[in-house]
Amino acid sequence: MTGVVPGARLTAHSRPPGRSSRLASGFLGPNGAGKTTTIRILATLLRPDGGTARVFGRDVVREAGAVRRKVSLTGQFASADEDLTAAENLVLLGRLWGHSWRDARRRAGELLEAFGLAEAASRPVLMLSGGMRRRLDIAASVIVTPDLLFLDEPTTGLDPASRRQVWDIVRAVVACGTTVLLTTQYLEEADRLADRIAVIDHGTVIAEGTSGQLKASAGTGSLRVQLADPAQQAHAQGLLSRELGVPARQESGTEALSATIPARNGEPDMGGHVARALAELSRSGITVTGFALSQPSLDEVFLALTGHPAHAGTVTMETVR
Amino acid sequence: MTAPAGEALHAAVSLRPRPAPTGMLSASLTFGWRALLKIRHVPEQLADVIGIPLLFTLMFTYLFGGALAGSPHAYLQFLLPGSLALAVLFLTVYSGVTLNRDLAAGTFDRFRSLPIARAAPIAGGLLGDAGRYLLASALVIGLGLAIGFHPRGGTAGVLAAVGLVVVFASSLSWAWIALGLILRTPSAVMSAGFTLLFPLTFISNIFVPPLTMPPWLRAAARLNPVTHLVTASRGLMSGTATAGQVEWALAASAALTAIFAPLALRLYRNKH
Repeated sequence: MTGVVPGARLTAHSRPPGRSSRLASGFLGPNGAGKTTTIRILATLLRPDGGTARVFGRDVVREAGAVRRKVSLTGQFASADEDLTAAENLVLLGRLWGHSWRDARRRAGELLEAFGLAEAASRPVLMLSGGMRRRLDIAASVIVTPDLLFLDEPTTGLDPASRRQVWDIVRAVVACGTTVLLTTQYLEEADRLADRIAVIDHGTVIAEGTSGQLKASAGTGSLRVQLADPAQQAHAQGLLSRELGVPARQESGTEALSATIPARNGEPDMGGHVARALAELSRSGITVTGFALSQPSLDEVFLALTGHPAHAGTVTMETVR
Repeated sequence: MTAPAGEALHAAVSLRPRPAPTGMLSASLTFGWRALLKIRHVPEQLADVIGIPLLFTLMFTYLFGGALAGSPHAYLQFLLPGSLALAVLFLTVYSGVTLNRDLAAGTFDRFRSLPIARAAPIAGGLLGDAGRYLLASALVIGLGLAIGFHPRGGTAGVLAAVGLVVVFASSLSWAWIALGLILRTPSAVMSAGFTLLFPLTFISNIFVPPLTMPPWLRAAARLNPVTHLVTASRGLMSGTATAGQVEWALAASAALTAIFAPLALRLYRNKH
């Protein structure tokens, strides 16, 4: 349960009063830090062991009712009732949010249509695909559009197409003014959906910023060069290492070389370095068939900041929008 | 697969005025509706509701009737009010089983994060259960009447007895709900529930008057709240009930609720 309260505090910090919900921030940390626990506490499902957590200035324990009126949660595991149809699930929740039977049915129809679930409306949830169930779960969370939506690993276990559909939904929800706090195992997901990310390790926020700032602070980018002639590999390796000031590596089984580019004053001056290095290769008669320049991945950022790697599946990224 | 549509999507998730929060009664009724929907979609779960009452009434009438009362017909007049209680009380275990299954499925996470009275899902579940108790009661009474039961208390007496049994059963349901919140799997709740239900129903006056039991067992049977329920139920159906008998049964129901409802709600609130 460590890391629970720092997470809650971060949420409060990340959303200064009066700012529009276009502010996006998030946090990154290993699973043990209590990612799901944090979300369950903030959604008033769990009482914190100690400390306090506030959502929109309301204490999640003492003012749980007030918090519940403003937030909504899509948990990590499917929450729809498997025996009921998709439409019945939404009507049930519409009623519980205070809609009349008529309004609840209308709202259910509207959401099923918008979330691409119209064809599944009268099917029992048990018969729906994983992607459809996930969208139904999110639809269930926005029956009454919340001020703050918690999404706990919304795309875990989904195929790429379903994942993109969920991303579209998340972007639409954010664009319409709802703050979203999401956790994910996919670094790419946070990279795409979050403007601001904070890194949490052992319950402490160790860095916070935009995805770009975090990558810059990690101080590395990488260059990958594809050679036409394998025989030139050793020569090219020497040249690149000299020009970049760091060792270039041969990628096993390919004719490619790659190098990690160091930071200069906190900002990786990748452009200048790389232009000079590529020009030098050309002058030496080495044919480059392709090259790619990339910022560090958030995996590398995590490693740089914490000193230990963020393995896929054990790393989580949480974004607040 | 249909992709979420852009404009419709934005329209559907845009902020809008929210409805006034729903009250405890309305929320409970909505959960009752959910229980009925579940029965409609999975009618197999009614097998117990239909099977137990019919089996118990027929089996005990024809197995024990001749030996205990001279004839099945004579025994039926004594047994039926008890058989009603027996059949309905056996169904109460499912309150705990159903809740335990719901909690494991994550469905309740959603309910618990809604701005509704926390007890509403449980209260709604009890409403659905009461519907099943009424169905089982109707089967026992219908079968009893078909094979020769003559309630001297008339329709009013029979209905009052059914009402009393349903009230008592709903009170006892709280005990299984508490059990459902403590134990980890639905089957564990079912085993523990039935293990406790057997002595609770058999060490009573359902099958025989406690007079012939050894003193210690007789004492236990007389203390058993089920005995008070069956005494009142028998009295109502035969038109001889005293206010005291009914009050004892209601007091037993109130005591069960007073003990187990707060316990269940406390366990529910602290459930992770």
